[in-house]
Amino acid sequence: MTLRTRTIGWSSALTAALAGVVVISAGIGPVSIPPLTVAKILLSADPFPFAFGAADTSRIIVLDVRLPRIILAAFVGFALSTAGVVMQGFFRNPMADPSIVGVSSGAAVGAVATIVLPFAFPLGLELQGAAFVSAILTAFGVYLIATRDGHTPTATLLLAGVAVQTFLGAVISLLLIHSGQSLRRVVYWLMGHLGGTTWDDVLVIAVILPPLFVLLLLYTRDLNVLLLGEEDAHALGIEVERTKRLLLAASSVVTAAAVAVTGVIGFVGLIVPHAMRLIVGPDHRILLPTSALAGASFLVATDTLARSGATEIPVGIVTAALGAPFFLYLLRSREVTRL
Amino acid sequence: MNDPNGSHDASADSPPATPEEPLVQVEDLQIGFGDTTVLDGLDVAIDSGTFVGLVGPNGAGKTTLLRALNGTLSPGSGTVRVADESVPDLSSKAASRLVATVPQDTTVAFEFDARAVVEMGRNPHRSRFGGWTADDTAAVERALDRTDAQRFADRPVTTLSGGERQRVLLARALAQETPLLLLDEPTASLDINHQVRTLELVRELVSQNKTAIAAIHDLNLAAHYCDELLLLSNGRVAAHGPPESVLTETALEAAFDANAVVSQHPVTGSVYVTALPDGDRVAESEPSADADERSGRVHVVGGGGTAARHLYVLDAAGFDVSAGALNEGDTDTEAARNLALDVVTVDPFAGVGPEARAAVERRVEAADCVVVADVEVGTGNLPNLRAATAADRVVLVEDRPFAERNYVGGEAERVYETLRDRARVVDPANVPRAVAAALSGGDASHFGVDSDDDSASRVQPRPTRVAEELPPDDVEP
Repeated sequence: MTLRTRTIGWSSALTAALAGVVVISAGIGPVSIPPLTVAKILLSADPFPFAFGAADTSRIIVLDVRLPRIILAAFVGFALSTAGVVMQGFFRNPMADPSIVGVSSGAAVGAVATIVLPFAFPLGLELQGAAFVSAILTAFGVYLIATRDGHTPTATLLLAGVAVQTFLGAVISLLLIHSGQSLRRVVYWLMGHLGGTTWDDVLVIAVILPPLFVLLLLYTRDLNVLLLGEEDAHALGIEVERTKRLLLAASSVVTAAAVAVTGVIGFVGLIVPHAMRLIVGPDHRILLPTSALAGASFLVATDTLARSGATEIPVGIVTAALGAPFFLYLLRSREVTRL
Repeated sequence: MNDPNGSHDASADSPPATPEEPLVQVEDLQIGFGDTTVLDGLDVAIDSGTFVGLVGPNGAGKTTLLRALNGTLSPGSGTVRVADESVPDLSSKAASRLVATVPQDTTVAFEFDARAVVEMGRNPHRSRFGGWTADDTAAVERALDRTDAQRFADRPVTTLSGGERQRVLLARALAQETPLLLLDEPTASLDINHQVRTLELVRELVSQNKTAIAAIHDLNLAAHYCDELLLLSNGRVAAHGPPESVLTETALEAAFDANAVVSQHPVTGSVYVTALPDGDRVAESEPSADADERSGRVHVVGGGGTAARHLYVLDAAGFDVSAGALNEGDTDTEAARNLALDVVTVDPFAGVGPEARAAVERRVEAADCVVVADVEVGTGNLPNLRAATAADRVVLVEDRPFAERNYVGGEAERVYETLRDRARVVDPANVPRAVAAALSGGDASHFGVDSDDDSASRVQPRPTRVAEELPPDDVEP
């Protein structure tokens, strides 16, 4: 079976799975709606040419209350897994995750600052905008720190990322101390959440993600060659530094677009690429699309769990609580060396 | 399309105007890292269709030169041209269509199939949007066939042995279809069988008009397989040419700071380098072994391969060495011939007759010192031992007790004891030092066996090592 047929097969299957998860998730909540009704409502909605009858209340609950959140979860899961795949390949390190160059910490500082600091940010930046801008600035700063004479050794980048994250962690702690009344809001944001999503929240990531994902898809072959090591990659015709810059920039923007809206949702970008690598192999041409789709399903499913309890809990807690044991199971049941 | 180099082979397509243009031209190449200069004004030209072995001590700049040739490193100054293109000015894609590199480190961290790794070799020929073509498939299949890697092409590289991984990476380089192939220590992590197979394969590729440059540690493998050797030392070319012109004792001593003997390999006929360990090296710091004492005549009695090593070592140490009597066809005879020594020979399997014995006696008399190797003694070669008893100074090499190698009986034992009483008894590693000491008239007891122990017992104690018998200033009082 060629790689192309495997890629198409897996991607189709995972897309179907995602659709299924979305339909089931949209039916779950304080008001339970059968999946068939949900499907009818979805297919009657704007982009689809169908018109099935359904109760107005159900329609409103599905389309205006639950669906924005579900679609955002799908986009964010998709984005984090995409960035995770790229970062793990880029650093040739299975422990790399999307925030390894400080994107999440940067976003957190921007977000917490808008909540805590008693003055408005310039240019009318709201919480999400500030988080996005500070995330990008952080990643760029880490890149500049690690770059010398046009070369960015990945080891230096990794360490610079760790150092900057630690520093920003201190800044966040300092802001927390002075947060007073808004402490609860800050902590809630930091844990990663998808509650209260509107269609406007979805818009930003829906615009940013697709073109960058297509760009990264075009670089999957380069990512494969980079896995052999930078020197080999150069000998095989990859413009190593330019490719690294592009991959780093694209995956940082993708990550920033996700965390700016939802806060820091950990583990998705680490374990979904891992799990998929164990299943489909290390070739990025199949790994990237399948991980992205699996990440989308994973976050929709975990967020459904997060909001279906008596009290809603931040989704970041659920991803970690579910993801870690699943990951350990994979680790033990497959050969560890396969990582 | 049987030409493995396709349309990228510069030599195949080269215009008639410049048929003699070397494929690789490096002029005044200078590369440094920080304050250290690695390559310091290196000039070299390599013709198409040659297999060049890059030799030299660690840190001489072999890998740096390879990295400059494939464009990984930009030169500080100077030019690097391959197929008439300036490598530093090429995009890495264009450079990787001219130069393919087999890296030293063959580990691949992620679990790609071997075939997928080889397919990556086609990357230089593909555009970002271009698909995989029939040409690509053909090139990959050819490369896998050439390297005999089809068998494990569908296995993950992480499960392959070092030799198999090497072949996969070589196949990857072949799939690049470049005129120039670089190999960085291709044999470093391989067993002898795979070393030979790898170099045979490169040799074969070169005979089909590829050009290969390989950094090779093993001078003898390099000498055997390469058309030319390029000896680097201190960032410059110390010698460049056919192996026999590059591997000279003087050049090796200057480049490696090592004591080496160059001879001709008895089986392959290639130049053969034997590096001598420090024990064989006449240490310059020893007062008893400075340059003056090293000149002197030494006659060596051996046979059956027991003396070959001593012949090489003593010759390398600068003594005027003779040997015999030896049988024609004996390993020691071959060694002596290779070293162009004065050797007394008798017919194969024949004993030492009166004529030969007289010849040996003349050499013993002329010699300042006689070395008797750890040789097995029969009636045939007993005359050699008798002749040796006339020597002024005797160094007796003992590895096994004489009783184990005496096939004559009491008569030989008496001759041997006579010899042993006045000899310096050493183990095989310390012959040149003992000879040097004997010639300078050093204290015999340093090398002899403790006398009261010796007379009390017929059991021959193991010879003491010279290293443990250092002069008093080196010994704790």
